[in-house]
Amino acid sequence: MNRDMTIEREERRLARWFVAPALAFIVLGSLVPIAATGWEALYGHDLRLPWLGRPFVGLSNFVEAAADPRFRSALLHTAIFALITVPLELALGLALALMMHTAIRGRPLFRLAVLLPWAIPTVIGALIWRFMFDARAGVITAALQSVGAASESFDWFAHPLAAWVPIGAADIWKTTPFVAILLLAGLQTIDPALHEAARMDGAGSVRRFATITLPLLRPALVVAAAFRMLDALRLFDVAYVTTAGGPGTSTETLSLYAFVALMQRLRFGYGSALSVAIFLLTFAFALVWVRALGRSLIGDRT
Amino acid sequence: MTSGSAVARLASAALLVLLLFPIFWMLSSSVTPESRLFEARPLLPAALSFAHYRALFDERDFLIPLGNSLVVAAMTTAVVLPVAALCAYALARLRFRGRGLLLALILAVSMFPQISIVPPLYLILRELRLLDTYPGLVLPYVTFSAPLAVWLLTGFFRQLPAELEQAAMVDGASRLRALRDVVVPLAAPGVATAAILTFLYCWNEFLFALSFTLSPDRYTVPVAVTLFRGRYQVPWGQVLAATVVATIPVALLVVAVQRRIVAGLTAGASKG
Repeated sequence: MNRDMTIEREERRLARWFVAPALAFIVLGSLVPIAATGWEALYGHDLRLPWLGRPFVGLSNFVEAAADPRFRSALLHTAIFALITVPLELALGLALALMMHTAIRGRPLFRLAVLLPWAIPTVIGALIWRFMFDARAGVITAALQSVGAASESFDWFAHPLAAWVPIGAADIWKTTPFVAILLLAGLQTIDPALHEAARMDGAGSVRRFATITLPLLRPALVVAAAFRMLDALRLFDVAYVTTAGGPGTSTETLSLYAFVALMQRLRFGYGSALSVAIFLLTFAFALVWVRALGRSLIGDRT
Repeated sequence: MTSGSAVARLASAALLVLLLFPIFWMLSSSVTPESRLFEARPLLPAALSFAHYRALFDERDFLIPLGNSLVVAAMTTAVVLPVAALCAYALARLRFRGRGLLLALILAVSMFPQISIVPPLYLILRELRLLDTYPGLVLPYVTFSAPLAVWLLTGFFRQLPAELEQAAMVDGASRLRALRDVVVPLAAPGVATAAILTFLYCWNEFLFALSFTLSPDRYTVPVAVTLFRGRYQVPWGQVLAATVVATIPVALLVVAVQRRIVAGLTAGASKG
């Protein structure tokens, strides 16, 4: 009997036992519920009207969503928000990562400054920003008023476009540190000898950044951008706390609208259809991203 | 960084201020009396007032959400760690079919929009009479924090020298014994990091807690703070005191183990 083969068989058996509990949680806690949401979306289920029962309505919840102006504008809001904030977060995160990487003194201070916003609960961070933008108490509003850039009665949260600024600020503040940590890890894998050699050849810091740092940092940037996009597409906490979608529904994101449909109007069938739409949107983005930018996401891990 | 070093230093300082000012302003405002919160005031408070903190615990009973958050976070961490550690060890060290697929699945699940599983979970928890209970929150928390812990620990186990286990196994120890005697002691730092990140995840989580708790007695900290209501408007003084209190455990963890957190986050990422 070959000893290696016995060991191999034993390993496979052990692996099955080791993996089983985690797999059970993932299947029962995520995959089954996702399927159940898709199933629920096919029913006309309203918890406020239990006497109507739960009739099968086919795809009509999706048809309703496609024609629902509130859903369409939530989709638009979410997409535009993601396309504006994610590049900003990547740029600021890169700047922060470069500073942490090159800082000689003050590294512990940088690390603390980066980790605190990252670790503070999103809701708490959003509340702080809401307070800073408050019409009466806000330090930012007051500063703008003192230099004459805002009128006495200016209220960020009453203006359909200005209300996005506190949401964006809170989101960027909270998530840029995470981008910076990911990119810092990427920077640390770049061999300093490359920079040294380029410097010897007379390349300036801008040139070295463009020809060495950026290309070698590409995998980390691709991963960070994917994480951030997926997060931005499901944006909920920050928007709920700062504006709750207001004024009116002018800052309502997809997740907020789905939450309203589910937990406030108790329209479970329709809310499920909206949730499925969000899932499909993020899934489609992830597929396109992996296809387009290849292996950096899940590849070469073996 | 020679030519632009002054510019770079200025930019660093500006970024540091941007990152830290909101936290400073939260602290400083939380000790400012209500009457002065809404007027122009210097950056540092002239006198300290702890009235907001007293009101937070006397009038609001903020200990209840604090306790809820602690219990849910502790229960989740206790369930997640063994489950995730076993799975991560298998992914890092054992050869079996479907390994790549499992890793991809774990990554995919961690990216699921939470709202997309809220409706069935709500209905199931309602059916099982688990709405507004601790287990009703622990279940979704375990599901959503396990992928992160697995991811992190897989990276960590990969960094451990495999030779030590192999040596033990050559000496006749079984894989399980090598695991118990060699790997478990070495794994302690990685498991600690995973525990901290899982705890932070639970402390942070909002959407599930908002959906699956119904009564103030079961609110976690983020839900309780968000739903604070005054007679006319947001009771900012108490909200700010609550944000400070909610930040304290996080800040303590971060200060205590900041190196380890950065190492843990990047170990998972740089291999990805």
